[in-house]
Amino acid sequence: MTPEELAVELDRVGYLPDAGVTTAAFLALEMRRPLFCEGEPGTGKTSLALALAQALSLPLIRLQCHEGIDASQALYDWDFPRQLLHLRALEASSSGALDPDAAEASLYTRRFLLARPLLRALEEAPCVLLVDEVDRADDEFEAFLLEVLDSNTVSIPELGEIRASVPPVVVLTSNRTREVHDALKRRCLYHWVEHPDLAREVAIIRRRLPGVSERLASQVAEAVGRLRELDLLKPPGVAESLDWARALQALGKSELDAETAAVTLGAVLKYREDATRALASGVLG
Amino acid sequence: MTVLTGYVGFARALRQAGVGCGPDRVQAYAAAVGHLDPGSRDDLYWAGRLTLCGEPDDLPRYDAAFDAWFGGEAPRGPRHRKLRPTRLAALNGGGGEQASSGRLATAASDAEVLRDKDIAGLTPAEKAHLRELIAALKPVPPRRRALRARKASRGRLDPGRTLRAMLASGGEPVEPRYRRKGTRPRKVVLLIDVSGSMAPYADALLRFAHVVARAMPTEVCTLGTRLTRVSRQLGHRDAEFALMSATRAVPDYEGGTRLGGTIKVFLDRWGQRGVARRAVVVLFSDGWERGDPALLGDQMARLRRLAHAVIWVNPHAGKDGYAPTQSGIVAALPHVDRLLAGHSLDTLRHLLKEINRA
Repeated sequence: MTPEELAVELDRVGYLPDAGVTTAAFLALEMRRPLFCEGEPGTGKTSLALALAQALSLPLIRLQCHEGIDASQALYDWDFPRQLLHLRALEASSSGALDPDAAEASLYTRRFLLARPLLRALEEAPCVLLVDEVDRADDEFEAFLLEVLDSNTVSIPELGEIRASVPPVVVLTSNRTREVHDALKRRCLYHWVEHPDLAREVAIIRRRLPGVSERLASQVAEAVGRLRELDLLKPPGVAESLDWARALQALGKSELDAETAAVTLGAVLKYREDATRALASGVLG
Repeated sequence: MTVLTGYVGFARALRQAGVGCGPDRVQAYAAAVGHLDPGSRDDLYWAGRLTLCGEPDDLPRYDAAFDAWFGGEAPRGPRHRKLRPTRLAALNGGGGEQASSGRLATAASDAEVLRDKDIAGLTPAEKAHLRELIAALKPVPPRRRALRARKASRGRLDPGRTLRAMLASGGEPVEPRYRRKGTRPRKVVLLIDVSGSMAPYADALLRFAHVVARAMPTEVCTLGTRLTRVSRQLGHRDAEFALMSATRAVPDYEGGTRLGGTIKVFLDRWGQRGVARRAVVVLFSDGWERGDPALLGDQMARLRRLAHAVIWVNPHAGKDGYAPTQSGIVAALPHVDRLLAGHSLDTLRHLLKEINRA
C-alpha cells in the first residue's frame, strides 16, 4: 500500500486525511510503530483510529484511560464470582475428597480469565488498538503500557506468556492535560493534529452529514474558523462544527444568520464567557 | 553513507535548535524515510516531523530547521547557551569555597537565628546554610480520595481476596475480606515569579519547589514576562543539577512581570486541561503587576474555579506594616484562599503545613 492508497481508503470510510495524517498513519503501519496523536480536543484524534480500523477492515479495541487505571483494568482480571461458583460445584461433587492443588489449578485457566482491552488486542491481532487519552493515566501505568507495547507479550503468572502473532496497529491519543513521559513518546511516531483548513472542514461536514447543504456547511465552517481566531477559553474543534451543523439541520435551518447562530451557539461554545465574547465581537454576523 | 550522514547532520542541527531528538529518534527517522519517497520534499518533511519531534513546542523549531537544512542554507540555531557561572554564583550568593567555609562558620545554633530571617538579607554563608535547611524539609502531600479500593478491615466485600483465602484453607468458608477506597496524593502546582523584584527569593523558592517536587506530584512554572514550565528540570534528583537546568530553561530571569498575561498562558496551555484541576495551586509573587490588573483578576477567578485551593505567597506579607495595596494583589485577593508570607525558612515551613492541610 502507498500513502495515496491509504488516503483513498480513509476517504472511503468518511475520514478526510491531510498529508500529515496520511503519512503518519502510513508510517505507523509500515514501521509497525504506535502512533501518538496529540492536539486540541475535537480535532479528530480518536476518529482517526476508528477510521483506520474501518479502512483496514480490522476490529477496533479501545482502552479508555483514566486516573488510577491499573493492570487489572487494562490487561486481564480473574472472574472471581465464577471461580467461587466453580469451587463450590467441585466441593459438592467431590463429597469431601477435594484435592486443593487440582482445584486451584482448575480455577486459574483461560476459562476464568477476563481479557481486558490490552490482552484482547494481543489475542485478536491483527486489530487496531486505540489507547484513548493516555495523558489521564498515571506515570506508573505509562511504564506498564510501554512494556506491553514494546514486547507485544503479556505474561500471566498462572498461565504463562501470551504473545501477539502480529503486532496490533496502535493509536494513542493525548489532550496534553499532563506531559506524557518521553520514553513512551520515543517509541511512537508523534503527530500533532491541527484544525483542518476551511475547504477540508467543509468537506468533512458534507461527508459526515450528507443532508447538510453546501451553503450551510461552508457557513458553519467559516463561522467556526472565525470563532477560533477569537481568544476563547475553548476554541471549537471539528467535533463542534459537526454538532453545530447537526443542530441546525435538526431545526430545519438552511442558512446561518445572526439570530440562528445566537440561539444555537450552545452547540459550539461551552463556556458562558466564550459565548458572551463571541456575540459581542460580531463575528457571527 | 552520505545520505545517512545527511540525516544525522539534520538531526544535529535540530538538536542545536532545541529539539531533544536522541539516537533512537534519528534511527526511526532514517527508517521512516526508507518507507517513503526521499525525492519528495513533503515526504521528507513529514518523515522527520513524525519521528524527530515529541511535543508541540518542537514544531516551529523543526519547521525552521527543515527550511534551513533542505533549503540548502546552513542551519542557524541559537548558539548553545552556556550557563554563566557568575549568574549561578550570584543566585547562590558566592562561590563554592565560600560556601564550604561558611558551613563551619554557621554552627547548629545559627539555625535558630536563620529561622525568622528574611532570605533577601542573608549573608553568603547563611545562604549556603539555608540551602541545606531547605533541602532537609520533609513535605507531606495533601491527599484526595482515590478511585481504586485497597484492602481494609472494613468496607465493601473483596471477592478476590476472600476467594484466595478460601483456596488457602482448601475451600472452607473463611472470614470475609474487605476493601475500601483509599487516598492518593493531590496534585500541587507551584507558580514562581522570577521577575526582578522577586530576584532575592528566586533561588530559595526554586530549591523549595525542588524539595516539594521530589515529595509529591508537582508542576512548577516560573512567571515573568513569559511562562516557563520547569517541572521536568526540577524532577532531577540532584538539587544542584536540577537548579542549574531550571535556571538555564528560564529565559526571563530578573525581568519584568506581566502576571495576568502569564497566568492566562498557564491556564490556556496547562491549567485548564488538567494541571490545575482540583490541585493545590501556590503562587509566589510580590504582586507588582506591570500589566492590566483587571486581566489578572479575571485569570485568578478562572484559576480559583479550576483549583482545589489557591494560596498566594508574598514575601512582603510577613513584614511589619505590610498592607496589600499593590494593584496586582488588590485585583487578585478576592480569588485567593490564603495569603501567606514566604520570606523566611519558618514561613516556608508554615506554607508546607498549609499545602498539606488545603
